[in-house]
Amino acid sequence: MAPDTLLFEEELRGGASFAHVLKRGTALQITDNEGGANVPITFFNFELLVERYNMPDTLKGQHTAHLTKGHCIYSDMGRVLCSIIDDTVGWHDPIGAHSTDESVKAKYGEHSYQEFRNDWYTSTRQNFLRELAKFNMDRRDLQAQINFFSKVQVDDDGRMKFIPGNSKAGDSVTLRAEMNTLLIIDTNPHPLDPSPVYKPKPVHLRFHRVDPPAAGDLCRNSCPENTRGFINSERYFL
Amino acid sequence: MSDRVLIESNLDPATAIYDSVLPAGEGWIHEVKKGQTFRIVDLGGNQAADTLFYNARDFSERYSALDTLNEQGNIYLTTGSRLMSNLGNELMVITADTCGRHDTLGGACAAESNQVRYSIDKRYMHSCRNSFTMALASWGVSKRDMTSNVNFFMNVPVTPAGKLTFEDGISEAGKYVEMKATMDVAVVISNCPQLNNPCNAYNPTPVRLLVWGIDVP
Repeated sequence: MAPDTLLFEEELRGGASFAHVLKRGTALQITDNEGGANVPITFFNFELLVERYNMPDTLKGQHTAHLTKGHCIYSDMGRVLCSIIDDTVGWHDPIGAHSTDESVKAKYGEHSYQEFRNDWYTSTRQNFLRELAKFNMDRRDLQAQINFFSKVQVDDDGRMKFIPGNSKAGDSVTLRAEMNTLLIIDTNPHPLDPSPVYKPKPVHLRFHRVDPPAAGDLCRNSCPENTRGFINSERYFL
Repeated sequence: MSDRVLIESNLDPATAIYDSVLPAGEGWIHEVKKGQTFRIVDLGGNQAADTLFYNARDFSERYSALDTLNEQGNIYLTTGSRLMSNLGNELMVITADTCGRHDTLGGACAAESNQVRYSIDKRYMHSCRNSFTMALASWGVSKRDMTSNVNFFMNVPVTPAGKLTFEDGISEAGKYVEMKATMDVAVVISNCPQLNNPCNAYNPTPVRLLVWGIDVP
């Protein structure tokens, strides 16, 4: 069984960002403290930053447009960066976009630092770009993100609909690193969230050790594609 | 599937300033100037034309699939769809479409994704990202700038239950999609060489590429 040794914990307030290299053998449990959180995360191979999360490869390899327990998060090199080993939510959104300074201003108005100090309005794009800059990356490196805790449903005509109330207080999702993965994490609202009030939600981050994925591991065996994705990730470390 | 709205163009191929055929498995890069109109014709039927768009003056501004979908609130591209950049600017707008639905979630095949999707020993097979890589490299642009593409003529529905499916194509020989450039745009195409997927009946075929100047009625 997983030793589940706690490494450290941190509260991430709403509208804030965080970068961490999630090492192989460790996992991150994210808990939605209040319900209704949105946590956009983008992923890079820390050793080769030009290898990064690939949304289409993640979705088409697993024939899914939502992510939950058992699913894997793929890089553009056919390797599993992280896998979702636990999830009480059931649906995380990989097809919605993330907010920008322009979209936040248009939807919620302006809240400057001068007036509101650290309760000013931020955007996922701005937070991502700032964190990326600390790793010598810029907008050329910024591609898609996964909006954890959010649900966007697509109807038969292709229309995208944000489903409120997808995540409840206390819901959590756990990502296990299959490679040393740079995670850029943000907590700004989903751009399709119809709420007219800027109210980004805080989440709890819990980093802990986990056993390596066994032969019978759920994520490794959830589909034949993932079995092959794990082979590619494991060969990278040989 | 709901009814698709098919919009024809009145542009005459005889007046095009550029007209060429791109065989399956080949890459292509070309600048479509602001105001010019660009057409891709599916010559054989159900061929995927994997396409990237860049601001021709600054490749750090490029097509963003998620921003495009967010802007229109719909996952399918057709007439009226504005192809948005990562800076929130319109690169192209689709002005005619006789197929009616194009994909931008399915991405482009790669040696590595073929290994995952089909078999570890498929690494040797030709792929779209091979063609993208070499077409971009011919203009001095690297993998770092490669992003999610549009798959013209591909049918990749998402179900209300959140499944992503690759359905049989809805295009056929002679169907086309046409778009007008809102800025000077570098267009990069991989005419998909995929042999493992029934979407093109395991038979990749050529596409015809045309450009009309801004002064053509």
